[in-house]
Amino acid sequence: MEALLSMYGGVAQGLTWTIFALGVYITFRILNYSDLTCEGSFALGGSISAVLVVKLGANPYISLIAALILGMGAGMITGFLHTKLKIPAILSGILTMSGLYSINLRIMGQPNTSLLANNTALSLIKDKLPTASELGIRDSVLQTTITMFLGIIFSIIVIAFLYWFFGTEMGSCIRATGNNDAMVRAQGVNTDWTKIIGLAISNGLIALSGALVTQTQGFADVGIGIGAIVIGLASIVIGEVLFFKAKNFAIKMFGVMVGSIIYRIIVALVLRMGFDTSDMRLLTAIVVAAALSIPTLANKKKPLARKEGHRDAIS
Amino acid sequence: MLYLNNIYKTFNENTVNEKLVINNLSLHLRQGDFVTVIGGNGAGKSTMLNLIAGVYPPDRGEILLDGESVTLLPEYKRAKNLGRVFQDPMMGTAANMEIQENLAMAYRRGSKRGLKWGITKEEKALYVEKLKTLDLGLEERMSHKVGLLSGGQRQALTLLMSTLKQPKLLLLDEHTAALDPKTADRVLDLTQKIVSSNKLTTLMVTHNMKQAIMYGNRLIMMYEGKIIYDVEGEEKKNLKVSDLLQRFETVSHGSFANDRMILS
Repeated sequence: MEALLSMYGGVAQGLTWTIFALGVYITFRILNYSDLTCEGSFALGGSISAVLVVKLGANPYISLIAALILGMGAGMITGFLHTKLKIPAILSGILTMSGLYSINLRIMGQPNTSLLANNTALSLIKDKLPTASELGIRDSVLQTTITMFLGIIFSIIVIAFLYWFFGTEMGSCIRATGNNDAMVRAQGVNTDWTKIIGLAISNGLIALSGALVTQTQGFADVGIGIGAIVIGLASIVIGEVLFFKAKNFAIKMFGVMVGSIIYRIIVALVLRMGFDTSDMRLLTAIVVAAALSIPTLANKKKPLARKEGHRDAIS
Repeated sequence: MLYLNNIYKTFNENTVNEKLVINNLSLHLRQGDFVTVIGGNGAGKSTMLNLIAGVYPPDRGEILLDGESVTLLPEYKRAKNLGRVFQDPMMGTAANMEIQENLAMAYRRGSKRGLKWGITKEEKALYVEKLKTLDLGLEERMSHKVGLLSGGQRQALTLLMSTLKQPKLLLLDEHTAALDPKTADRVLDLTQKIVSSNKLTTLMVTHNMKQAIMYGNRLIMMYEGKIIYDVEGEEKKNLKVSDLLQRFETVSHGSFANDRMILS
């Protein structure tokens, strides 16, 4: 029973982190840009959302929109550093991420903020429902179910938005930029802007996810983003393995969602096996490194057969 | 049509690798000129094309396209007037995107990209018609990823893309050099067809002297960042590869036997 409950919690957590993983997907797979800003913008979303609710008494859902907008700003700063000031991609992300750590501490005035005494995105729904005892379930189960519901709604909205956006003229140019930016410039598009817009959307969604996680778990933590990129990458990789045949972009994004959920279920199981929470990042990093190196290792094994196959494929 | 006035370009300035690649180059193309460009390695052929396209600005000099100075205009702003095909077949297309998506991007060259859907039904019909002219069966494969095509198919597609929206000037940078001879001939025939049917002003860099003589109405030879030979009309038609080699030998004082081998 306890194992099932922790897996149930894992599914809910996976759903709230789906948008984070989709944000990482945009930079990592579409823009072909390893963006570390995400670790800062995730905590930024959580911080701003918590402070707006606790200190200013704002509506929790308004705070989600605020997080989205500030996250987009963070992405634009990274994009500006990279495109206009020609700082290498990884370093641009690290600079923004480091800066955001201080900013997040400034925003909250402390390393973490509790929302227990305030309305949250979760409590607003919970207040409209019968209490857990009336429903005959544990309070934690009710909270997890509401978290799950919020996660699904937001994930679907985001997937629908991204499906539409990357099908537009502007979205097509952003996709092509990740492929071959010289070609995009030859078609008369300023690739500085396609990169900046891509980073803005990615980090806006990541901050939204950070805010949603904060609103459902009831507290914001300045360190929540540390090492988060490997969780996003793990979700992407799991999704790609499971949906390796997928050609449709919506199904690929759905794969990321499934990947995010499965990652959390695995984490729940591993933790029950007696691993420490603090070991999870290391385990995740090892799994992601292994998964990302499979194509390279597979190529090395059969160099001739591979090359022939490749030639067949293009001729 | 196109004026290059006293252009200079140095790479790696103030380092041990400093190289003057374009040295006081001037060139005037008339409307409808189809000019082939030859020259040895490092003669500045590709650099000249990149300067025209705005990949980098010249150190000195002026570039006028259709009466308008484009000298300092960034690459993406010049693109609306230019069609480009590169030496590397991978350069001109986005591999992970569909054939029709690549065409749709080329179709919008020079116009603002907004939040309208990236490709419309009417366009698709147009692309089918255009792809049929390539005679490669690509019209059956509109939603295939470009990465699945061969180098020759990709070059043919890039050529189509570069002229889908009529450019004022077509820049071909050794666009058949990476292809096998048969495919190269095919792409060249296609080039000839597209250029003459659209009456395009064209600048085509090539390593192959035969091609340079066979195609176009005018030929220029470059050496050390300058144009050392400029010939057109009847005189060009009567050129032979040996004439070009001899001319090349004279200017380079016979000291570049390697270049001769590359050129022949």
